Amino acid sequence: MSYLPYIVAVWLFLVGLYGIATSRNLIHLAVCLTVMQSSTYVLLLAIGYKHRGTAPIFYGVPVGSRAVDPVVQALTLTDIVVSVTVVGLILALALDVHRRAKTLDPDEIAALEG
Amino acid sequence: MIPLQLAALLMVALAGTTVVLVRDPLRMTILNAVYALTLTILFLVFQSPDVALSMLVVGGIAYPVVLLAAIARVRSGSEHE
Amino acid sequence: MSRRARITVFAFAAAGLAALLVASVVDLPAFGHYQGAYGNQLNREAVAERHTTNVVTAVVFDYRGFDTLGEEFILFASVVGVTLLLRRHKDSEDEESVLRKAPDDHTRSDAVHVGGLLVPPALFLLGLWLVAFGLVTPGGGFQGGVLLAGSLFVVFLAAGFRPYHHLTPTPWLDFAEGMGAAAYTLLGVGALLAGASFLHNFMGPGLRGTLESGGSLPLLNWATAVAVTAAMLLLFSEFLESYVVPSTRPLR
Repeated sequence: MSYLPYIVAVWLFLVGLYGIATSRNLIHLAVCLTVMQSSTYVLLLAIGYKHRGTAPIFYGVPVGSRAVDPVVQALTLTDIVVSVTVVGLILALALDVHRRAKTLDPDEIAALEG
Repeated sequence: MIPLQLAALLMVALAGTTVVLVRDPLRMTILNAVYALTLTILFLVFQSPDVALSMLVVGGIAYPVVLLAAIARVRSGSEHE
Repeated sequence: MSRRARITVFAFAAAGLAALLVASVVDLPAFGHYQGAYGNQLNREAVAERHTTNVVTAVVFDYRGFDTLGEEFILFASVVGVTLLLRRHKDSEDEESVLRKAPDDHTRSDAVHVGGLLVPPALFLLGLWLVAFGLVTPGGGFQGGVLLAGSLFVVFLAAGFRPYHHLTPTPWLDFAEGMGAAAYTLLGVGALLAGASFLHNFMGPGLRGTLESGGSLPLLNWATAVAVTAAMLLLFSEFLESYVVPSTRPLR
């Protein structure tokens, strides 16, 4: 029970990987990539958690009280916003592929040569 | 681990699995927004309000816009040509 | 090889990967027993050193400000990539012809009009509050920036493409995004000119719990908010234009 958050993170990673490997649509592939990314967020935050700890924000809370780790939260929150633009780039590539090959299926694209 | 965290973790695992298993892009966009909401609740229960704010804003505004615009472009593009 | 063979190979590889991952994950400290020294020390000392009550924002913009510089450049590079792939009117069209080809998508419902008048200013104000008070309560440049972009996007939802395009002209967005990333770098260089190391906090920490806390942190905060807002609006504009305005460039 004390390892359940880590197991959930591993499960999300593998489920996303399965979605990418068996995908028939490039847009579906981009969303499975975001599922894989969110598994790393869950893992990071689970590592930084302390029992009966509060948020690391000390407005009205005395400074010595038990708080969770702020460094993993800092890494995660910048990553969430930046990954939107990376997924936007992948979708723009998918739109370009669709304009040239008229299909979004990864299996059929390799067959249309020349 | 308090029961609220257990429930949030199980909801996240369930929502993530359904996002991958649904193949139609339009339905998957709505499910992705629901998945972002379950992740927000999980981050809040893990005592990280900054990360929860970030996920809420991104999963509610940025991802649906970008995904829906791409899907609409693909559909209108395949009708023209 | 065929699809079925590929999926079989993937199944074996995924089983091996799952076993490895689970074996490595059970060696981590149990959930709730965080053992790092860096986080504990930051919680104890960040408020006294920087006078910001939000330790996460202090870590993002001050203690790990160099990582945030890298993230901003990732943001910048991907938005440049999206623009290169999707923007077409530099070679065959220009701004006015883009607007002429946009369809007439006025909404006729009064409820949507009223919503479009009330919601964007409220969201804009909320976004500004999130950015400004990110040093005191949860918030910061990243969250507030995306919310500011979202508040302008609600104008598109309520009024159509033309008012949204008038509100967010593309040359301004290009300029704002470059300025945000450049301002962050220049603030880091400014610390060099003041005789300290790159991105050192060169102003004194102010009063705790107010807007003047943190030294040069609020400046970096606002630079990031401007860069993130402009990047998100550019992303939205490129995607919206690619489907609202039908393509006229011949393909072959």
